[in-house]
Amino acid sequence: MEKFEPTIIAFCCHFCAYTAADLAGTMRLQYPANIRIVRIPCTGKIDVRFLLEAFEKGADGVYVAGCLEGDCHFLTGNLRAKKRVAMAKRILEDAGIGGDRLEMYNMSAAMGPRFAEVAREMTEKIRQLGPSPVKRGKTVAQSDKQALPVRSSE
Amino acid sequence: MKAGSNLEKVLTNGTFAVTGELGPPKGADVSVVERKANLLRGNVDAINVTDNQTAIVRMSSIAVGAILKQMGLEPTMQMVVRDRNRIAIQSDIFGAYALGIRNILCLSGDHQKFGNHPTAKNVFDLDSIQLIQTVKKMRDEHKVLGGDEIEGVPAMFIGAAENPFADPFEYRVIRLAKKVAAGVDFIQTQCIYDMDKFERFMQMVRERGLHQKVHILAGVTPLKSVGMARYMKDKVAGMEVPDEIINRMKSAGKEKAKEEGLNICVEQIKKLRQIEGVHGIHLMAIEWEEKVHEIVERAGLLPRPEAK
Amino acid sequence: MIIAEGKPIKEILAMIEPYDKILVVGCKGCVTVCSAGGEKEVGILSSALRLARQTQGKSLEIKEVTLERQCDTEYLEPMRPYADGYQAILSLACGAGIQFVAEKFRKHPVLPGVDTQFIGVTEEQGVWTERCQACGSCVLDRTGGICPVARCSKSLFNGPCGGSKRGKCEIDPEIDCGWQLIYDRLKELGQLEKLEIVLPIKDWTTSRDGGPRKRVREDLKI
Repeated sequence: MEKFEPTIIAFCCHFCAYTAADLAGTMRLQYPANIRIVRIPCTGKIDVRFLLEAFEKGADGVYVAGCLEGDCHFLTGNLRAKKRVAMAKRILEDAGIGGDRLEMYNMSAAMGPRFAEVAREMTEKIRQLGPSPVKRGKTVAQSDKQALPVRSSE
Repeated sequence: MKAGSNLEKVLTNGTFAVTGELGPPKGADVSVVERKANLLRGNVDAINVTDNQTAIVRMSSIAVGAILKQMGLEPTMQMVVRDRNRIAIQSDIFGAYALGIRNILCLSGDHQKFGNHPTAKNVFDLDSIQLIQTVKKMRDEHKVLGGDEIEGVPAMFIGAAENPFADPFEYRVIRLAKKVAAGVDFIQTQCIYDMDKFERFMQMVRERGLHQKVHILAGVTPLKSVGMARYMKDKVAGMEVPDEIINRMKSAGKEKAKEEGLNICVEQIKKLRQIEGVHGIHLMAIEWEEKVHEIVERAGLLPRPEAK
Repeated sequence: MIIAEGKPIKEILAMIEPYDKILVVGCKGCVTVCSAGGEKEVGILSSALRLARQTQGKSLEIKEVTLERQCDTEYLEPMRPYADGYQAILSLACGAGIQFVAEKFRKHPVLPGVDTQFIGVTEEQGVWTERCQACGSCVLDRTGGICPVARCSKSLFNGPCGGSKRGKCEIDPEIDCGWQLIYDRLKELGQLEKLEIVLPIKDWTTSRDGGPRKRVREDLKI
């Protein structure tokens, strides 16, 4: 049987997490290719809508990585992100996706190894959880030959 | 005489009054009422019947009042404004009077959140002071609130409660004055442990001349244990318990706690009798009704004047 | 403004169970200000509903719309051209708006996406508290600008009751005792004598107790 390879979106802040990712690369640290990084200026830019949309578009897992608490480049951006991630987790739980598919991590720009560790940790966790229920649903839908959900907006 | 009740007679004659309290059963078991009432018989001038106290459903105070009348005792019907609108209130006052009840205590009522039916809708059509006005209008003007003449005037002796220690302290005397202005005849206070603070309160009362316009009965509750004393101090709103009392209860130890509690109670009553403006005590021996006789006797308040 | 709270997603899912094509409509009025039913909340709710349906292997088509208000006919009309394409309308406006949509769009089941709670104010970002009960006969001049109906848990007119403790209400230490607030305010204003007057028994006919209310300005009627 094919091993399930999760698709994981990582929203990384430019000043810490993304720099840590860069450092991991420079240090030639191995981390799973399942991680797709999205660079944002600060985790405070995160909106609950982006997190939900990532799951709608097929992500199996999502995480937000920002500076260490107290060290946010924009002072409190990562604290706001923490609350929004908490809210999104509750919504995902209620929607049947599972709040544990979304996490928040904190690290400094120098923590290349931590970046790699988080990437491995999250990949393994999502692998255990299996594909997003959305995909399982799609499989059922396709077998019934139903149209895939379409979103339109005004 | 406004109502001619035994309590009114005792107070008007200048005799130091003693009232007791009876909490109705959480059901229709009349024997509970009879047992408690018989413990109070001969030891008090009137018995307060609580009205769904702490918002826990109990036998109605009007029903229990009627049972006490049948037993040859005098009830003081407590009435809260939490559960009834003005229509039901006035109707119940007619009914209570018809059943022989002559004393009424007008109260706000604990919020239903405390009780066993927290999801109920609350009423509060009137507040407790407006209830006093209502009873007075019915008694003295012979009219209901809407203006209609009454067929058979319910002449009640009107009481209310006051908590001298609730916040804001400075305002409590003003609130008492409002109740007097509304027409209250007698006041029962929340139980007193801090004599000094109560004396300060009574001084403010006397400064306004209120002690000549209303009969004040000081509330007294015997302590059973140091735990009870601490609970009263920390958990009950508007209750002041001086450390001296807590220490006395603590020093008494487990075996002597009840005895010390009774000692403190008797001492308090004797002190209260000395305060100008205090016309009686309201003894709330919660779930300890069997000690009422001993307390009243040791305080030198027996025999009670015979009710005619 | 009117404060509302989004209904639990599970409850909404149960409501929209029979439908697979719905209109989710928000309002730019009160519910936007209290972050319960504005454009953002429409987006988040729609996303959550789609995700939930997808996990069940069922489709859900949503048109996300946020109107200026839902309590005026003129502002509802823009929905007219496309509403027929949807099986039900899930409105995130306050109860008044939801009902007006139901009246004006008679072919559609109109469902409430929020629980309308109270008339209140923004105490700080993210925190809204009750101030007014719309009783129809305001006494704020007599109580230092603080409402005894809304802010006293027992709506006493001559409070406080004996349960007021350190400025807080007996039912919840987080709730201010309305009458302590009134006392403090009147003291600040040097108007404590107002408290010596017994406020009269209220006429509740101007409140909801008198039946559903109506206000008319003849001079404005066309």
